[in-house]
Amino acid sequence: MIRFVAAALALAATPAWAAGDLAAGTRQGTNLVAISMFAAFVALTLGITYWAAKRTKTTSDFYTAGGGISGFQNGIAIAGDYMSAASFLGISALVYTWGFDGLIYSIGFLVGWPIIMFLMAEPLRNLGKFTFADVVSYRLQATPMRAMAATGTLVTVAFYLIAQMVGAGQLIELLFGLDYNIAVVIVGVLMILYVTFGGMIATTYVQIIKAIMLLSGATLISILVLARFNFDISAFLGEAMKVHPTHEKIMLPGPQVANPISAISLGTALMFGTAGLPHILMRFFTVSSAKEARKSVFWATTFIGYFYILTFIIGFGALVLVSQNPDYLDLASKVKVNGMSALLGGGNMPAIHLADAVGGSVMKGFISAVAFATILAVVSGLTLSGASAVSHDLYASVFRLGRVKEGAEVRVSKITTVVLGIIAVILGIAFREVNVAFMVGLAFAIAASANFPVLLLSMTWRGLTTWGAFAGGFTGLIGAVGLTVLSPGIWVNVLGNPPGSAWFPYTSPAIFTMPAAFIVCWLVSTLDRSRLAQQERLAFEAQYVRGQTGIGAEGASAH
Amino acid sequence: MAARIRANPDYIELEQSRRTFGRSLAVIMLAIYYGFICLVAFFPSVIGIPVAGNVTLGLLLGLGVITSAILLTGLYVARANTKFDALSSRVVASASARVVA
Repeated sequence: MIRFVAAALALAATPAWAAGDLAAGTRQGTNLVAISMFAAFVALTLGITYWAAKRTKTTSDFYTAGGGISGFQNGIAIAGDYMSAASFLGISALVYTWGFDGLIYSIGFLVGWPIIMFLMAEPLRNLGKFTFADVVSYRLQATPMRAMAATGTLVTVAFYLIAQMVGAGQLIELLFGLDYNIAVVIVGVLMILYVTFGGMIATTYVQIIKAIMLLSGATLISILVLARFNFDISAFLGEAMKVHPTHEKIMLPGPQVANPISAISLGTALMFGTAGLPHILMRFFTVSSAKEARKSVFWATTFIGYFYILTFIIGFGALVLVSQNPDYLDLASKVKVNGMSALLGGGNMPAIHLADAVGGSVMKGFISAVAFATILAVVSGLTLSGASAVSHDLYASVFRLGRVKEGAEVRVSKITTVVLGIIAVILGIAFREVNVAFMVGLAFAIAASANFPVLLLSMTWRGLTTWGAFAGGFTGLIGAVGLTVLSPGIWVNVLGNPPGSAWFPYTSPAIFTMPAAFIVCWLVSTLDRSRLAQQERLAFEAQYVRGQTGIGAEGASAH
Repeated sequence: MAARIRANPDYIELEQSRRTFGRSLAVIMLAIYYGFICLVAFFPSVIGIPVAGNVTLGLLLGLGVITSAILLTGLYVARANTKFDALSSRVVASASARVVA
């Protein structure tokens, strides 16, 4: 059960394919349509990067596109950050294999957005400049707060990035017939080019283009599928139930809710993790005002919700049109998952095969190219947020105490981007065999346990002090990493201890570590009687007024 | 400056109404989501009840959670664009007027 949840989480969260699952898949031949479409995408995005590079003049341009992105554009970009290749391939594959379970996952990913809107979006925009550490250190001590926020950012980004790179390499190997290492290097090089030359402007537009491609492609496939049933949903579902080996059981909750605590803990990590993902939080600073920030959340929620409905149609569509067609089945493999025969290329391929089934090789090539583009765009956003944590939080604020020249900080950020890119490629190759499921689970759990509690409390609770935030943040961070290591996924499956010996029996630690972080923040803050703590509590009012009204907030830069 | 703004009745109304509205919507969203998850975890058979042809209750509820997420954020934006923004711009105007004076 736990293995399944982990695999499902990996599939659903981000390009995080369970390594073993893919290793079993057969490599596809070189797909010329896909490669030429992908080449066209790369040419277009490099053109945008060239254009963006000329417009990237100031520090603010580099980190946040000068605050000049509109709410609608930012909403699409956020949706793009969220609609990763795995959301598309992974959730549709979950629906294909397990039916209703796929819906449970997509809903968990969506409902974090309204929460961000109602509790955080506007004050976040009004208080921050480039990174969420700006908000956390607004009235608290800059050095410990930025050090903590940067640590939380880098750890979250690192696990997410490894998952992305491993997923990218495996996907590209399967889709394009390229060697894994070459694929990882291509992703690394393109990502470094986008980010170092084009900064946030290029990263945002690459994300927007990809999101539009992905939404159009998924819409088209869904329409083509439903058209075969004359848009009779009941007939469509009936056919899906008829062909699936478990029949009407695909309409029922499956194995991952056999343990309610794991299900609820996972739901908690998915929901609140979103509100602590640094590359998502950074997007709130790319718009000109709190008003645009909340518009962007509305559009993001709308597009993401719509997209998840499409993945459901695509999953069931693949069940009807792909699972019965020997052209798409790996007949040599005797492996069956939930009674379903293995697909050519592995378990994540239903959407790709469905594209072929309804639109031929052109459609398949297009969807493959979109999947690759998706990984590139998400990896770029992640790297930019990691680089910002190093240059803006660690270098400029902690080491240089804010005394940096205009160009120096961006230079550090670009160097960091190159370094992070190289590290990501090396880790992507080194971790090739690892089950990346836990990396993604960990990224969401850390974001929910370390970043989210401190960020929320710093904006809403007068009593939070530096040491309370520091202790609470690290409690969440260390707790989430520690309990994941002690969970069966790492303790048994990776470290090779005997089954059943894991100290922590659940898949996701968030249900324990997130409340623990809140409690430690509260306890240490309350016990903190220092003079500094008094000043920090007194400074809350001014911060709160700015968070509410936007008076004194960063605006759009003048161009 | 912050103390003066805090004494502004428009600010007090803005802060209180937005906090109440935002937190109420957050509670509604959490109740919907955890309600759905608990239904799935503890009463799985309810999910499979057919409603219209092969369309089941679980599918409609799932669709309902997605739709409610979109509607609730839309509701917040609608309220913020009218009521909160009007209050907020009055607060900002009076704050900057006092700075000039």
